[in-house]
Amino acid sequence: MNLFKIIKNGILDENPTLVQCIGLCPTLAVSTSAMNGIGMGIAATAVLFGSNVAIAAIRKFIPDEIRIPIFIVVIAGFVTIIQLLIAGFAPALDKALGIFIPLIVVNCIILARAEAYAFKNGVVASAFDAVGMGLGFTVALTALGAVRELLGNGSVFDVVVTPAGFQPALLVILAPGGFIALGIFMAIFRLYQSWAAARQGKPAPEAAAGCSSCAMGAACGGCGFGESAPDGKNGKEAGDRS
Amino acid sequence: MNLLWLFLGSIFVHNILLARFLGCCPFLGVSTKSETAKGMGVAVIFVTVMAALMTWLVYYLVLVPLRIEYLYTLSFILVIASLVQFVELVLKKINPALYKSLGIFLPLITTNCAVLGVAVINMNEKYTLVESLVNAFGSSAGFLLAIALMAGIRERIEETETIPKCLRGLPLALVTAGLMSIAFMGFSGMIK
Repeated sequence: MNLFKIIKNGILDENPTLVQCIGLCPTLAVSTSAMNGIGMGIAATAVLFGSNVAIAAIRKFIPDEIRIPIFIVVIAGFVTIIQLLIAGFAPALDKALGIFIPLIVVNCIILARAEAYAFKNGVVASAFDAVGMGLGFTVALTALGAVRELLGNGSVFDVVVTPAGFQPALLVILAPGGFIALGIFMAIFRLYQSWAAARQGKPAPEAAAGCSSCAMGAACGGCGFGESAPDGKNGKEAGDRS
Repeated sequence: MNLLWLFLGSIFVHNILLARFLGCCPFLGVSTKSETAKGMGVAVIFVTVMAALMTWLVYYLVLVPLRIEYLYTLSFILVIASLVQFVELVLKKINPALYKSLGIFLPLITTNCAVLGVAVINMNEKYTLVESLVNAFGSSAGFLLAIALMAGIRERIEETETIPKCLRGLPLALVTAGLMSIAFMGFSGMIK
């Protein structure tokens, strides 16, 4: 098992935000500045790392039927730890992220990785998977945050970079800007993917939609929302690839 | 009167999807068909109101007296998860028809951040029990409104053949949501 490849997989091939399209709520809500994006990314990565390692370590003792509640308790425990640490050491970040720190608990990325990866793989591989997925989430959030901050506030990482005559478009850092910016990001990423595939002479990857991209497929019992989607292979693949 | 403003505010001004970004995953994942979108919306209303009631009781009758408020994340998600499981069992037993139409949505709602989000907002704003319930009902009604509108728009979009390939599906849905969000911004300032 190539550990480096697991990390690259998380950042590019299976980027949780742009390819798997999970964990969108925090992505939209906190990407108003690059700094918030990094903060949220690191917080989620820390929780993901803790839960992936813990679940991989105890996976042999978890009965199959009640695995989801157990995952949730483990994740909620780590979220509480991170929440207290952020409140203690980075009060400004705590204020900026607000309600979205406790909501890491229901971030689908974390539960999906527990279900699809940590429950089936060893501790070391799960740790690297957490780092890769976490980095992918952080990179996407930071890039989105930087673009929104640049257009909406004229600065990146709180440093003003635009010339004096630049009139920032406030709309971009408000709620609508989040939706539109993420939509455009996703479209560009797909364009890149089909370009990269064409260069290697492979057919363009099937665009993920709805439940087919949802790695929670197994957890929610094949909810059947993906009827209109091409097929359910994407979510299954994420789980079977080990 | 205050309750009415709270109710209208939580539907329109602070629309849970378009202004607060809670519950985006089902909003984008389940909004391809009008029928399923409405079913999901109704199920979310039901679970959110029940969860608001239960989490309010747990917070003020268990966590506050024991001074372990910092465990709210853990206890809220446990309460919501077991509540959803319980509702599913009861529904299956007493009303199989309703279970058939709502049942498939229930497991998904456990990890819907709208439900936990409303519970946490109720706690942060220190709402009373009645205010919590009104806020929960208004917020989830806003969810139903937004997801039903979105599904209607997306059904039309699906019929269009000329959309560039990289925009199909989610990217265009996100841009549509952005435009809806701009429309909903028109309500801001109506109610403080």
